[in-house]
Amino acid sequence: MSAETKESKSGFRAWLDRRTGLDSLLHHALDEPIPGGAKIAYVFGSGLLFLFLSQLVTGVFLAMYYVPSADHAHTTVEYITKEVTGGSFLRSIHTYGSSAIIIVLLLHVTQTFFYGSYKGRRELVWIAGCILFALMLGMAFTGYLLPWDQKAFFATTVGTNILSEIPWVGTWIKELLRGGTEMGTLTVSRFFVLHVFLIPACIFAFIAMHVYAFRKAGAAGPIMEDPVSPKLPSGAFYPKQLVMDMGFAMLIIVAVGALAYIWPTELGPKADPADTQFLPRPEWYYIPIFQYLKYWHSSTALLGILVIPGIVGLLLVGLPFFDRSLERCPWKRPISVGLFAIVLLSLAALGFISHREDMRNPGVAAQLKAQREATKEFMSAKFEPELSGASLVAKNVALANPEATKGKQIFEAQGCNACHGDNGIGTAAAPKLVGIHAKYDPAKLQALLINPTAKMTTGGMPNVQLKDDEMTSLIAYLESLK
Amino acid sequence: MGSATVGALLAIPLVRFTLHPVLARTTEKSWSEVGKLDDFQNLDSPVKKLVTIDQRDGWRRIMTEKPVYVSKDQQGQLIVLSAVCTHLGCTIPWAEKEKRFICPCHLGNFAADGTLLGGPPARSMDRLETKIEDGILKTQYQFFRQLTKTKEEIA
Repeated sequence: MSAETKESKSGFRAWLDRRTGLDSLLHHALDEPIPGGAKIAYVFGSGLLFLFLSQLVTGVFLAMYYVPSADHAHTTVEYITKEVTGGSFLRSIHTYGSSAIIIVLLLHVTQTFFYGSYKGRRELVWIAGCILFALMLGMAFTGYLLPWDQKAFFATTVGTNILSEIPWVGTWIKELLRGGTEMGTLTVSRFFVLHVFLIPACIFAFIAMHVYAFRKAGAAGPIMEDPVSPKLPSGAFYPKQLVMDMGFAMLIIVAVGALAYIWPTELGPKADPADTQFLPRPEWYYIPIFQYLKYWHSSTALLGILVIPGIVGLLLVGLPFFDRSLERCPWKRPISVGLFAIVLLSLAALGFISHREDMRNPGVAAQLKAQREATKEFMSAKFEPELSGASLVAKNVALANPEATKGKQIFEAQGCNACHGDNGIGTAAAPKLVGIHAKYDPAKLQALLINPTAKMTTGGMPNVQLKDDEMTSLIAYLESLK
Repeated sequence: MGSATVGALLAIPLVRFTLHPVLARTTEKSWSEVGKLDDFQNLDSPVKKLVTIDQRDGWRRIMTEKPVYVSKDQQGQLIVLSAVCTHLGCTIPWAEKEKRFICPCHLGNFAADGTLLGGPPARSMDRLETKIEDGILKTQYQFFRQLTKTKEEIA
């Protein structure tokens, strides 16, 4: 259509088009030519985009209640899961959505690979896709920590420790990611920022690059098609492919919605860094890597953790450069197809071996069962709001119990508050005492006060020598700190 | 268009999720101590007291202090008044010289027993439920809707 005829049209639609160029935009988006026409095999890319948007929407809403700090993260996720209307459902959509992304990603990559759709002028499409894959794995890794429950804490502790194996810079990267040597509240903040700001921003950029480079190169079409100068008659994206894409998106949302509704995602007990029993297991898609890492020990770790994954990664990213032939039939490309199949099958096998090892080791199986039961028990407990203003509550509790009031005076007279903080809230010099009642009963507490452990003595804890009645009051006070 | 589809499909749970704090009633009324009864026997003007209330604030429980006035009604019975102005919610101080409560925001003024004397408020100061236990005056702290002629509880 020429410019004059366009200008001569009247009405709202024409005005809008003159101002926005909407018609040509739609024409460009919807009339994309596909050699050989629409096919079910091409739905995975748009399915991924759809899932990413779903994650974006549910994620933004979850952030309405979530607080990224070691103190509150677990409470707020528990609040979302147990109290907020529809909270459990939306959180489940978000967690199942992340698994769905990995599944559809694998389908998308496999389809692209077997169809040889990365061939002929499509290097940038492929590379942007590989980066998107890595970014999605980064999203899964950072998102996993955010609920700050036992499995999140310990799986991420292991996950970040792996980085230490990288020579020279490994420990430094680990500490940069954690915000210190140990996992703590700064780790939650950093993972949150990566998960909701930095990685999504990169994903937007690389989706743009992926789609732009794809449109520039054109759709590759079926296996028999020439990837550079297509010969088959082409069909437009709209309406057939669009309908297929929408149908697939619907299928995904119905599947994810049904899973979220029938088996809502659980939340485990709050992270307890002092737990020595806990067996961390990553999300299913990281299990093969988890199993793979078991085979490498200190002397060979460099090979297993850096060299082999590096080579595999390089082969994958550089694929369109190594494999320059325009031959697309999978049966005529035995080396690349064979390698790809070996990697996929190895991952599946590793996952299977990991599962079998866990089941065959009675100690491990029992511990994993105990952990599942702890999670069930935690999920069935009613949500208890977090007490805020610890000092005010402690003050009130102390006032309610005259024995504890006396104990508070002793606590202050003995200078305990100098290190343990006013009302036992803790300082950099000594741990908090609020909540100590849950850890030690009065008898154990008394024993520790009279005879501190070697670790406590090194930290500067003196032997507390008091008259019996004073000791009773002090313990009553310590036990009242909630 | 993709985001519109996702939004439409998820709209219902998302709206309910967002409205949760508006619709869910979480704080239950409870009794707070105001002070010893003996301290209020020879009251000639209202005395300000802070009561500690235990409130739900989303996922946390907070203990906050709220000002109330202990005063006497026309029959000489002890009453507890909320210090929140019934007009737009400012905290009302007692003006000793004028012998009345004068709200600093829009000059609504009330007698020692909370009766509306003048200014923009639509009703007298809100009386809180009281009870006496073991010589201690206790009250049930509550919030009421502003601007209405009658006292309507909100939380």
